Amino acid sequence: MIINIARKELKSLFASPMGWIILALLMFGFGFLYLDGVNKYFEVMSGSIRPAERQGITIFVGQNVYGAANFLMTVAIPILTMRLISEERRSQTLPFLFSAPISLTEIVVGKFLGMVIFLGILVLYIFIMLSSMNIWADIDFGYLIGNSFGLMLLIGSFCALGIYFSSLTSQPIIAAISTFIALFAMVIFGNFTASDPTHWFNHISMSKHFQSFTRGVIDTSDVVYFMLFIVTFITLTIRRLDSDRLTG
Amino acid sequence: MAVSTLQAINLSRNFGGNHAVSDVSFNLEKGEVLGFLGPNGAGKSTTMRMLTGNLAPSDGSVQICGFDMVNEPKKAKEMIGYLPEMRPLYKELTVDEFLTIAARFHKVESSKISKAVEVAKDKCGLGHMSKRLIENLSNGYQQRVGIAQAIIHEPEIVILDEPTVGLDPIQIREIRNLIKEIGKKHSVILSTHILPEVEMVCDRVQIIDKGSLVFNGSIDDLKQQRRGNKLLVGFTKTPTKKVLTEISGVTQVDILDNAMCRIHFKEKYLPAEEIVALAVKNKWGLFHIAPDITSLEDIFVQLTQIKK
Repeated sequence: MIINIARKELKSLFASPMGWIILALLMFGFGFLYLDGVNKYFEVMSGSIRPAERQGITIFVGQNVYGAANFLMTVAIPILTMRLISEERRSQTLPFLFSAPISLTEIVVGKFLGMVIFLGILVLYIFIMLSSMNIWADIDFGYLIGNSFGLMLLIGSFCALGIYFSSLTSQPIIAAISTFIALFAMVIFGNFTASDPTHWFNHISMSKHFQSFTRGVIDTSDVVYFMLFIVTFITLTIRRLDSDRLTG
Repeated sequence: MAVSTLQAINLSRNFGGNHAVSDVSFNLEKGEVLGFLGPNGAGKSTTMRMLTGNLAPSDGSVQICGFDMVNEPKKAKEMIGYLPEMRPLYKELTVDEFLTIAARFHKVESSKISKAVEVAKDKCGLGHMSKRLIENLSNGYQQRVGIAQAIIHEPEIVILDEPTVGLDPIQIREIRNLIKEIGKKHSVILSTHILPEVEMVCDRVQIIDKGSLVFNGSIDDLKQQRRGNKLLVGFTKTPTKKVLTEISGVTQVDILDNAMCRIHFKEKYLPAEEIVALAVKNKWGLFHIAPDITSLEDIFVQLTQIKK
């Protein structure tokens, strides 16, 4: 049943130009970063003579692409997630879901999954794009897989937050703005205490946890952090919808 | 022996301190069309939302074919098709896409979905609209899609909240026929504040006012209340009251301002023929004679004001 909700969500995304445009813009953005990375690589490496200064092309280009992902996603995800629940609230289609034999958990998880699958297309595209370097160079696929996994987790967390804000209001625009502010805060959080790496801010900052993935490290504590983040906001969304039923 | 498919037991719902619905109990039997009648804000929609599990009752319970809405919501909801007052349509999809999704959500087996969609479209006269975006359909057709969505999984109970609101007279007639058709196979609950509609479509009527039931009976009971033993007669040369009162069976004569007389008579008498005979004989110029029916509105007003 979860998968049916996800399918419906995907169908709605692709039924309007919105989904296509966002996907196209994001692909353009990442494609540009990739091209920029490759160009810069040759510039920088031709200047570095000593072997210690040299760096593999996978990490160099990869960091250029994945490193910017959290900022690109901060802008794109609120626009995608804003309508998940608030649009249904506004056009009064929630009773359609509530009176079908589907639990609230299935509804919320299904919507979340639909969104993650949609953006998964993008992660796959980035992976294929970076793999194309393998034609000229020997690239580190482990690094790419680690990064893709990290990016999926980041996208998942952003979507979970987005769906929660979307459930709070019946105005998609308000949902988008508040999601954007919250995500932006999560992302720049860590920069305030950059000088002190042991500060507790760093433990809750999303960009800090994402950074270890962009270095190619899959750290279980980072995975747990993202998982907890997702579960928390999904649960809050379910609670929010349940309170609709209870309080009217 | 009638089987009851839906039971509402002492349903109550408060919003803040307001009692939107208080202590409403009723049964719905298999194959019955139940009309739910009440003025605006009487609690019709709130009751329907509780019956379909969209709103948790403050008190009381709902049993759908023996499944409790609170304890086994999935099983209970499988038995219900619901069309809320604001029809829940995904307007960016086509009719076929939307109905397929509705079928999937209501657990129609995947091999039977396309058949179910065809059948529902057929019943609601949507065959030629399959590929159209719901957004581009007229009001009446959107309403049909709403109804198709509610019957796609062949539910035991179909609940329609004001299905004819905002439609033109032809569409209303079509929707009514559709509801009658649905009522042959499924139990239907229909809420409305349009009185004649109830008489045309329903087997049984419930009138709700200020959150509580004020009338619950068959449509014949309601009709009986309407008829009474009265005739409305019109003459161009109105005879005196006395002459009319002398006709056998007549108990009372009221002369109305528009040259009409209301003639009350005893049970089992039918003075119409005698009145006509006298009118012809005395050249009273009879131009109208008909049973005087209390309008449904009057009964409705009477019933809803009893409690005041």
